[in-house]
Amino acid sequence: MIRENSWVRCGLFAAAALAAVGLAPAPVVAQEFYGTLAKIDEAGEIVIGHRETSIPFSWIESDGEPRGYSVDLCLKIADAVKEMLGKPNLGIRFVPVTPQTRIPLLANGTIDIECGSTTNKLSRQEQVAYLPVTFITGTKLLVKSGSGVETLDDLSGKRIALAQGTTNERVIKAAIEAGGLDVDVLNVKDHAEGFLSLETDRVDAYSTDHILLYGLITRARDPENYEVVGDFLSYDPYAIMVRRDDSAFQLLGTRVLADLFRSGEIRDIYAKWFQPFPTSADVSEPPTELLEAAWQLNALPE
Amino acid sequence: MQYNWNWGVLLQEPYLGWLISGVGWTIAVASAAWVIAFTLGSVVGVARTLPNRWARGVATAYVELLRNVPLLVQLFIWYFVVPELLPDDWGRWVKRDLPLPEYTTAVIGLGFYTASRVAEQVRSGIESISRGQSMAGYASGLTTLQLYRYVLLPVAFRVIVPPLTSEFLTIFKNSSLALTIGVLELTAQSRQITEYTFQGFEAFTAATVMYVVITLTVTAGMSLVERRARIPGFIAKGG
Amino acid sequence: MAFDFGVIFDSLPFLAEGLALSFLLTLLAAAGGIVLAVILALMRLSGYTALALISAAYVNFFRSMPLILVIFWFFFLVPLLIGRPVGGFYSALIAFTLFEAAYYSEIIRAGIQSVSRGQVAAGYATGLTYGQTMRFIVLPQAFRNMTPVLLTQGIVLFQDTSLVFVVALRDFMTATTIVARNEGRLIEMYLFAAAVYFVICFSGSLYVRRLQGKFAR
Repeated sequence: MIRENSWVRCGLFAAAALAAVGLAPAPVVAQEFYGTLAKIDEAGEIVIGHRETSIPFSWIESDGEPRGYSVDLCLKIADAVKEMLGKPNLGIRFVPVTPQTRIPLLANGTIDIECGSTTNKLSRQEQVAYLPVTFITGTKLLVKSGSGVETLDDLSGKRIALAQGTTNERVIKAAIEAGGLDVDVLNVKDHAEGFLSLETDRVDAYSTDHILLYGLITRARDPENYEVVGDFLSYDPYAIMVRRDDSAFQLLGTRVLADLFRSGEIRDIYAKWFQPFPTSADVSEPPTELLEAAWQLNALPE
Repeated sequence: MQYNWNWGVLLQEPYLGWLISGVGWTIAVASAAWVIAFTLGSVVGVARTLPNRWARGVATAYVELLRNVPLLVQLFIWYFVVPELLPDDWGRWVKRDLPLPEYTTAVIGLGFYTASRVAEQVRSGIESISRGQSMAGYASGLTTLQLYRYVLLPVAFRVIVPPLTSEFLTIFKNSSLALTIGVLELTAQSRQITEYTFQGFEAFTAATVMYVVITLTVTAGMSLVERRARIPGFIAKGG
Repeated sequence: MAFDFGVIFDSLPFLAEGLALSFLLTLLAAAGGIVLAVILALMRLSGYTALALISAAYVNFFRSMPLILVIFWFFFLVPLLIGRPVGGFYSALIAFTLFEAAYYSEIIRAGIQSVSRGQVAAGYATGLTYGQTMRFIVLPQAFRNMTPVLLTQGIVLFQDTSLVFVVALRDFMTATTIVARNEGRLIEMYLFAAAVYFVICFSGSLYVRRLQGKFAR
């Protein structure tokens, strides 16, 4: 169970009281909202940015409905926003983003919160802010089984696909440069296109965060033909992105996550998407010790 | 608006280098595609005016097919679909051993597409010449080949210089679609600079200015051609 | 290679939604573009040097821009500039409207100039103002003359809407790509997309041709 915060309880009580006397919904807490909360209040909807191919964090099937671990977490945050604004019927709108569009669209107000598979990086914090870490991964390589490629060095004289705008792109490009390797790079738009390039033999490897590579394999027609190889080439802590300089909204999100971490509800949500992956019963990824530690560290007391 | 202007970023390495290489790719894609577009477009355009019914039919089908499908879809078909429809060895060759596969695909896609538009200009150029000239040509014993070679084409190509100029400009603009299949041309580079530096205004302004410069240069160059090609007494159609 | 066109059937509702967005974007941008284009054309022909210069600068500027770059501007930077979100669809709509207006205005200018000077003179002679002459005499005839060309430009615009793919706005092209990748059926889906665009645009251009024939009579 989530332990309710005083303001949540107060909000629920007030909402119930209002409903009981049949009043039109009005802001429960008489306070001036600012930033994102004010924007959501005014627009009557919260706009969630989601990814299209980040399995199992945030992706869509052919019905077009976004789903995944990060999306579930954002829906929890949206619930908290509804309570805070006293608007139970607040709209939720989903807007698809890509690695290239997510930061500009958040910064320019098109989306209010980004729920995908985004690494919390200091250089990005010059533009956006992050909620606590929700997953920890790192860069690895996806290759076809039996290709003999184990490390980046083995790709000498071969081609690798990289998604533009990802941390992996920079890590791999930097490693290629640092090692003086002769690796040709194909720029692709997103993970699906990268996987496709590998599947159709356009490239010899695709590189992104290891967990996303597992997700991609689960969607392959012949999963046994692919393998994830190599050591972690980077440290990628995932976090939900919110606008910068908006501590009220950031606090609301942090509080929702801290509650989930503290109550242990996060484990259920995690298990729903990772144990096993919804896209394949054969692939399961229990939380790592590092991730457990991250949850504990961020289970801040009320 | 909270925005930290920093025009200096455009002059820093590697970003300056990216912009320059972007301009280079834009010019490389556009000019190579133009060679295909002009050659193929002239052939198809002429074929549309030939007396031979089959030649006309094939040429018309080509023009209608390529004009009525968005360029983006055509690029995806060249890039994603065609190699898979080829026999395995060939497909693999196209994807791996073909030099600069993305660039080559973009050039072919853009070239074939623009050829359909050039063909229409060539056809209208030929049709703008009065029928009397053809008849006179035939009457004086010219073959169809000679008629086109000595009578129709010299006039037609001079008449269509202005509309061809605008097609030539369009090919530069359309070359930006090459970014969708991974060619890092000017628009792609300006976006990449935005990703690395978050200086979107500066990067996109730089790209915008460069496109305007390309347009002005091409327009100035072509107006010289136009002046030399102009035939007294003829008013070019279209443009 | 085995083809499976059944995947198209399964995702028809999703694809239809995308197509609806493409159509909506085309219609609204065409309407907005034409309104703006009439203003630009009238400015260009107004006889005031300043107005004509502004209009010419606008038209030439947008005609030297690649559409993708204009879309990027309106998607990423303009909302930042005006300090409030515009939303993906409206960003695209504004970008297309402003971009297409440049092309429409050249068509409309040619259309207006195709109406003989005598008619304008006659309008003035009967005491009509510039506005009235344009409104009642010139524009109705001009629009009739240029309807086929405007429609053809509309077909081009419909094809251009596929470019919102670059910012993942869910038009027909984006929807097709999503299905293609989710199901691993690229060949079928892209051929299908080409077929749909072809049928729509080709029928459109046949209609325009018939219209031209009718007007020419």
